[in-house]
Amino acid sequence: MDHLVLLTLDGLARGAVYAAFGLALVLTWRGTRVVNFAQGALAVACAYVAHTVAAVTGSYWVGLAAAVGSGVVLGALTERLLRRARARPVDAVIAAVGLVLVIRAVLVTLYGTDVRPVGAPFARAPLTVAGVELVSPDALFAAGTVLAVTLLLLLFHRTGTGLAMRAVASAPEVARLLGVRAGRVAALGWALAGAVGAVAGVLALPAGPGLHPAALDLVFVAGFTAAVLGGLDRPLGAVVGGLAVGLVLSYAGAAAAPVAAGVLLVAAGVLRPAGLFPAART
Amino acid sequence: MTLVPVTSHRPAAHRATPRFRDRAVAAHHLLLTVAGFGLLVGATFLLGPVRTDRLATAAAYLCVTAGLTVLVGTAGQLSLGHGALMATGAYTVALLQDSYGQRGPWVLPLAVAAGVLVTIGVGAVLGFAAARPRGPYLAGVTLAVALAVPVVTTLAAGVLGGDRGLPVYPGPPPGPPARASAWLALAAAAATLFVLANLLTSRVGREFRAVRDDEVAAGLAGIPGARTRVLAFVVSAACAGLGGALLAVLDGSVSPGGFAPTLSLALLLAVVIGGAGSLAGAVWAAVLLVLLPDAGRALAAALPVGAETAGRLAEALPLAALGLGALVVVLAVPGGLQGLLGRRHRGRPRRREGGPA
Repeated sequence: MDHLVLLTLDGLARGAVYAAFGLALVLTWRGTRVVNFAQGALAVACAYVAHTVAAVTGSYWVGLAAAVGSGVVLGALTERLLRRARARPVDAVIAAVGLVLVIRAVLVTLYGTDVRPVGAPFARAPLTVAGVELVSPDALFAAGTVLAVTLLLLLFHRTGTGLAMRAVASAPEVARLLGVRAGRVAALGWALAGAVGAVAGVLALPAGPGLHPAALDLVFVAGFTAAVLGGLDRPLGAVVGGLAVGLVLSYAGAAAAPVAAGVLLVAAGVLRPAGLFPAART
Repeated sequence: MTLVPVTSHRPAAHRATPRFRDRAVAAHHLLLTVAGFGLLVGATFLLGPVRTDRLATAAAYLCVTAGLTVLVGTAGQLSLGHGALMATGAYTVALLQDSYGQRGPWVLPLAVAAGVLVTIGVGAVLGFAAARPRGPYLAGVTLAVALAVPVVTTLAAGVLGGDRGLPVYPGPPPGPPARASAWLALAAAAATLFVLANLLTSRVGREFRAVRDDEVAAGLAGIPGARTRVLAFVVSAACAGLGGALLAVLDGSVSPGGFAPTLSLALLLAVVIGGAGSLAGAVWAAVLLVLLPDAGRALAAALPVGAETAGRLAEALPLAALGLGALVVVLAVPGGLQGLLGRRHRGRPRRREGGPA
């Protein structure tokens, strides 16, 4: 019984990270109808920035801030780069995959392929919640991603910028006619997505095997599954989907997680084919 | 949006079009294939063992890239998991050779054929799952499958050998003659190119293009979108299974490290650089996949850097070349290498079979 509770809590903590990744994918999909397949690679690059800055300054938090900053910059740059490829969805994905290999080449050149242990901001002393031991990094990344998700939902639904983003997502032509700077809004969405991915990546790594150039591949697929389950257009759907994926992967066990993610995706495609990707409105 | 020349808008007339539109076209393909095959088999007698091995490896990759270029360029679908499909074919050959290989040298070609069949089964499941959802769903599913390869081999370590993989039994003593596996790879690549070249000029190829360009219009002409997409994926999966099975035979072993997710991404990008939708572009892609690692090692060794940096560069340079090359093609050079060459040779823009528009 205790084991089940532990697995559930672990699943929800992981799910929070998948939710954040899914949310980043929803952000870029809503603004530009592109699924950013380079999201995982961008987040790994930001994690390496955090790792390096933290090692130089000695402060985890300065490293995290640097990761967020580089996430914003890399996200906006990626949007710029993919803008010309956006006319055909196939081209946008190919360009994103090209970017993945370029980022991986840069990281391999600078850092090699060895797995680096990554630090957590707090000691790994177990934190006890309701009689169940929680390892602190898990609790931290759950809290961090919940915070990020809440801030994003507030941005979407309570601010003028959020309104502009929703307008561009649902009716780009009308939004443009009404004076929304669609290009800027798209870049902002990608920059935000880059920051969210960076935070999720940095927070997720202490619980994983460590930092290496392909460290977040599985997290990206899990986040993609979360976004697909949620319908790709709905931020809250990505959050719910992320928690569900986290639970399933936790129950399946770490060893079988990629297989479980694949099975979930295939099941989603067979069972809910129509509702998964609403067609782009033109 | 390009509309394909459909012979008629009436479904009946469309169906009446022969599978091989023109027997002369098929004969032309056959002549080219046999000539190329004969030339390369002759080359295996002149080249040293290392170069013969590279040539055979390129032939095995050509099976995969030819199938993938049809999927990406002609049918407009993306796969980030063809490495996993190759692994399916490769492990099938290893397992069958282990069980039945000692019965005779004739088992090996049958094992390769069985590898293709098993991969067709896997491809049909994936293709069916991805047939109806729109958008980049297939890319995500295939990426998940690519990540699952090392997990599956570890979970079923008793059968599949875990991280160390499996040896591939070459056949009973005295074993096959020195160049036999290279000839097998060349013959398989030639057969793949012949079948795909005819497929592209036949009704099936036009159906792939029609569904890629406008699914609604294709549906009005009597072409079912979902079924056509599944067929395209299964065809390319069969080619990937064949390529993987041949690589297993050529390498003499299979291991999950040989079919890492990076291989799947590299296959896609190489096909794009070669020119998606063009079989000649698939040849470029296969050559790139074989030569880039060698070129990366040579360049890293030539640079004035330490041994550790050189090792990193040797790994990073091929990735960077593929990534940057694909970005340049998508953003600036639609049609890839083959598109560029075709333009130069003919002095006018080549009619693209399906390079990114």
